Amino acid sequence: MSTPTLPHTPAKIKAETKNFNFYYGDFHALKNINIQLGENQVTALIGPSGCGKSTLLRSFNRMHDLYAGNRYEGELILHPDDTNLIDPRVDPIEVRMRLSMVFQKPNPFPKSIYENVIYGQRVRGVKNRSILDDKVEEALTNAALWNEVKHRLNDMAFALSGGQQQRLCIARALATDPEVLLFDEPTSALDPIATASIEELIGELKEKVTILIVTHNMQQAARVSDYTAYMYLGEMVEFGVTDEIFIKPKDKRTEDYITGRFG
Amino acid sequence: MTSSIASPAVRPVSARLARRLDRHIKERIIEAILFASAAISVFITVGILYVLIKESFVFFSQVPIGDFLTDTQWTPLFDDAHFGIMVLLSGTAVSSFVALLVAVPVGTTIAIYLSEFATPHAREIAKPILEVLSGIPTVVFGFFALLFVTPILQAIIPGLPGFSLLAAGLVMGIMIIPIVASISEDAMRAVPMALREGSYAMGATRLQTAFRVVFPAAISGVGAAYILAIARAVGETMILAIAAGMQPQLVWNPMEPAATITSFIVQVALGDLPHGSVGYNTIFAAGLTLMLFTLVFNMLGFWLQRRYRERY
Repeated sequence: MSTPTLPHTPAKIKAETKNFNFYYGDFHALKNINIQLGENQVTALIGPSGCGKSTLLRSFNRMHDLYAGNRYEGELILHPDDTNLIDPRVDPIEVRMRLSMVFQKPNPFPKSIYENVIYGQRVRGVKNRSILDDKVEEALTNAALWNEVKHRLNDMAFALSGGQQQRLCIARALATDPEVLLFDEPTSALDPIATASIEELIGELKEKVTILIVTHNMQQAARVSDYTAYMYLGEMVEFGVTDEIFIKPKDKRTEDYITGRFG
Repeated sequence: MTSSIASPAVRPVSARLARRLDRHIKERIIEAILFASAAISVFITVGILYVLIKESFVFFSQVPIGDFLTDTQWTPLFDDAHFGIMVLLSGTAVSSFVALLVAVPVGTTIAIYLSEFATPHAREIAKPILEVLSGIPTVVFGFFALLFVTPILQAIIPGLPGFSLLAAGLVMGIMIIPIVASISEDAMRAVPMALREGSYAMGATRLQTAFRVVFPAAISGVGAAYILAIARAVGETMILAIAAGMQPQLVWNPMEPAATITSFIVQVALGDLPHGSVGYNTIFAAGLTLMLFTLVFNMLGFWLQRRYRERY
């Protein structure tokens, strides 16, 4: 999926970390992470369970703020603002309005399909019905769900299949007009057909947004991403163009993981 | 080919591995004791129902059930006896309604605070205080209503009588706050963290998450809390007997004194009515009515509570 002419590091950077560290209480979960997310590109985070890939993803929208005892250190910069998102003067709610997230398991709200999609607009105080209607159609269309649900927007979201629910969650994330979409193992709870449709969707969405995806599935990383980072024990072992990482990894640990020797 | 499977040879069982009769008997005796203890509560419930239905049957053989349900007077002890249960039901309904007006908003607010906003430390302090509130004997609440709340209300509302459904209902509302708060809080805490995270990730605040996502997700459990609170209010006795007066009259105005089903039963049970008289039997009919009401509310509440547990 990635073009063969990609530079070793992204040309235009949307977000990046510089010497980024993260602590769960006393546990040092992320160690000096340096990664750049190319604008309108897909960056994949791979690595064995517990390596810190989800922790890194959830740092980008300050999800760790929800739990006591978590601590960020270093820089996590969003462009074009050139602002360090973990600066205490930054409001995590504003951060989450611009970097949206899709979770591992579909987690639709106990509301109608329409209200699920429009949730982000509702919490922003948007009340104009025609704006909301347009947003719902646009987001569901971009999430490749519009044709399946357009006649039953008032049905409860739980009535949808697992794959549809996950696309609904993607529509929900898109309806907030995010600049960055964070995917935390978005297909781990889905069957192969639903997985394929989500992967296809990610390829289309990068035209509009910058994407960071955590996946435990290496084939998925190879299929959908432009850049890949391999993480191990809280460190970023290797970061580079996806094709290069998978074809000729520089680090022995990356090679061992990719070839299935461990992980 | 034969279809039969070769059966293993019958081996002798060694003495060390054989079942021991003494152990077996001991186990059975303990089981029987445990079963009997569990059965007692069932037998008592069935026994109460039996007595209520039997005595009510005597009552309804003398008073037509149509009169019982439609008459607007309740004077079972007078020469001109009337048996309109609506009179007592109106007192029960009005006082319960007042109680819910207090308990539902306050209890729900406490539940949202404890579940969504309180730090673990604050919760550790607040929860036991709430439990203490639910452990206060209702007779204490009754005197609190009569001697403390009523004078305050009389200062605010001139002409309020010394006994009123309002004072009793308000205090009864305070009494059932812990039921509403604790069951609602359980329901809200059972909402999976993934739903809250989904809301926060869309840029919602804590308050928005609590009201727009957590509360709707817990709605069947919260509904169960409300219904169990109704059952508690309908069955409450002491507060009403002390603070609401015991005049049986058909009222919808909480500023009036009135008798409820429960306070009437207290009144008659304390009097010296001859066993077997119609007046005596009224309390069984009233008791049966009360039991049917609380039974329905309890069953509805537990059904709702179970439903939300299965949801996620």
